[in-house]
Amino acid sequence: MPKMSGAEIFVRALELEGVKHIFGYPGGAVLDIYDKLKFSDIDHILVRHEQAAAMAADAYARVTGKVGVCLATSGPGATNLVTGLAVAHMDSIPVVAFTGQVPTYMIGNDAFQEVDTTGITRPISKYNFLVKKIDELADTIKKAFYLARSGRPGVVVVDLPKDVIREITEFFDKEYKNKKVEIRGYKPNLKGHIGQIKKAAKELVLSAKPVLYVGGGVIASEAWDEVRELSELLNIPVTTTLMALGAIPYDHPNYLYMLGMHGSYAANMAITECDLLFAVGARFDDRVTGKLEEFAPYATVVHIDVDPAEIGKNKKVDIPIVGDAKLVLRELIKEVKKLLKKYPETQEIRKKWLKATQRWKEMYPFYYEPSDRVIKPQYVVEKLSELTNGEAIITTEVGQNQMWAAQFYRLKKPRHFLSSGGLGAMGYGFPAAIGAQVAKPEATVIDIAGDGSIQMNIQELATAVQYNLPVKIAILNNGFLGMVRQWQGMFYDKNYSNVCLSVQPDFVKLAESYGAVGLRAEKPEEVEEVIKEALSIKDKPVVMDFICDREEDVLPFVPPGMALKDMVLPKYKKKKAIKKVV
Amino acid sequence: MEKACYKKHIITVLVENKPGALARIVELFTARGYNIESLNVGETEDKTLSRLTLVVCGDEKVIEQIVKQLRKLIDVVKVRDLTGKPCLDRELLIVRVNVDTKDKKDEAKRLSEIFGAQIVDVSHDEYTLELTGDEAQLDAFIELIKPLGIVEMARTGRVAMLRSLYGKTFD
Repeated sequence: MPKMSGAEIFVRALELEGVKHIFGYPGGAVLDIYDKLKFSDIDHILVRHEQAAAMAADAYARVTGKVGVCLATSGPGATNLVTGLAVAHMDSIPVVAFTGQVPTYMIGNDAFQEVDTTGITRPISKYNFLVKKIDELADTIKKAFYLARSGRPGVVVVDLPKDVIREITEFFDKEYKNKKVEIRGYKPNLKGHIGQIKKAAKELVLSAKPVLYVGGGVIASEAWDEVRELSELLNIPVTTTLMALGAIPYDHPNYLYMLGMHGSYAANMAITECDLLFAVGARFDDRVTGKLEEFAPYATVVHIDVDPAEIGKNKKVDIPIVGDAKLVLRELIKEVKKLLKKYPETQEIRKKWLKATQRWKEMYPFYYEPSDRVIKPQYVVEKLSELTNGEAIITTEVGQNQMWAAQFYRLKKPRHFLSSGGLGAMGYGFPAAIGAQVAKPEATVIDIAGDGSIQMNIQELATAVQYNLPVKIAILNNGFLGMVRQWQGMFYDKNYSNVCLSVQPDFVKLAESYGAVGLRAEKPEEVEEVIKEALSIKDKPVVMDFICDREEDVLPFVPPGMALKDMVLPKYKKKKAIKKVV
Repeated sequence: MEKACYKKHIITVLVENKPGALARIVELFTARGYNIESLNVGETEDKTLSRLTLVVCGDEKVIEQIVKQLRKLIDVVKVRDLTGKPCLDRELLIVRVNVDTKDKKDEAKRLSEIFGAQIVDVSHDEYTLELTGDEAQLDAFIELIKPLGIVEMARTGRVAMLRSLYGKTFD
């Protein structure tokens, strides 16, 4: 009879779950696990701060579609995970986090490195467990992975007291593998109600000015092909949220780019004028909708989401469909094809509408005033896009860098844009790049960063060097917390309060001191060369320090509380009149 | 003063009898800014389940969100909004009143008789009364015994259940 310790069961169960990589940081409460982990096939990536472990696991999940795993010790280890877990929670990314805990007989005694981990992580997880008995361990791990990846994916935390992982019990591989998880309060509805699907299909086919509004749920359910098919089938313009960038290629004629606060003119106007808003896996976030009452004010709203609680949460929905985006869209496309035979004449009207939105796109593209004197941050992103052919995995920090990356990087594929959308956590991009590079060793991974946010997890340079990860960090260095500065400039009379990062490390020397490569460009003509050199390095991380225009703003910009149509546009050189196109 | 409460809703929740399950429900209300009027938790016929009866206030949109958010919780097995449905709805009150004169003693006894309350504890100048009924009955009783002088009072919050007909519940 195979008797195993809790730590051995932990390692074996993870192997059986197909886990290949864990991001973690050891400590007293998890010593037994680390003792066994050393002999496992699972590669452990030693980060330099637990927050980075959670963020790397999150990125690993975004890139692969599999569950990301991180591990930390009790107390401070667990609390350091929190921001990273909140990132994954807000963006519905499947992550299982394991934390050490003081022995069960000491819980509640304010023991050394004790913290109420399940209490702290409850609001930022889909579910969490405190394993109190060794007999529950294997089942709990099985449940944790199941919950993280099924339905609306999310974060599951498993807290492991030290005495539990030292105890011994029986464990059989076969039993673990064959066990079916049954949770009576948890039965995600994936299929979608056929009556509702038929209704939605009819609305679509009869609509004159529809828009597909696509969110992160499309990435989670891998429904990008279906979205594209539907768009092409009915000539529907598509806009994506930040979370769904790459769901449709940047250069696709039906794609209107990102919508929302820093979205494109075309996307925001299409939303404002549409008669049918077709939302898939999106949650009507305030950064997307602007003033809610004026978001798609004339539209019938169809909303597909796997989470019933998202439907009608912010915007009133006319046709709700609860289900998995991919499954529902497949059914819907079938219905649409049938209906098209009946109403072929509607296609012409939609073609006109699509053309109109495409004209908006041409007239008011994402734009900046080029310069040959000073490096424009947008120019750096454009060059990165060009030199990587839009095929790199892009991670971003949060703020201006994030928005410029979203606007100017011409993404070709889904699962290639990783960004903290919901939480908006600075410091995400670099650990995310590490997680992505571990998952895809052959890929070019670029963290588009600001000089502020890169310093929030700069210690991870050591991790990237240790594992020879050729991650590229492009710092759009403006010596400011740029987005906050932009807001202070626009809404606080340019009263720049605590946004100037006048003291800064020399990023080139800093990179070198960690054993990474540091490069710098100070003039526009140096940008291309620096990027090319960085891309040629395949065995260690590269930090590219681009000294950028200090007070460049991100535009278009919908001021908070305003309607999408009231966006502030960049100053286009050749002013073209906005024609009423429809 | 907060603005007047919207219609009260009675929501019953069957939830796994597990550590953390109740905390998740309570935290959901604080995290999303919903108000709880009363909350009652107890065992059910199934040892592994607890029944919660929540009385909450809000407009239709808020109530719909509350119900959906409750259903989303992994430990929650069933959620029902009993408002407007035929249901039994009871609450228990225990109240200590001052009865330091004969008149007061008589009045307490008289009111208890009318409302069907029990005198469950007696000391020299205090009675402890117990009453079960619906919310309006309890409110009325409290209003009437108030002049005697309420020393201490406890209410359980409402518990509710759908009525049944031929073994079927009105759902």
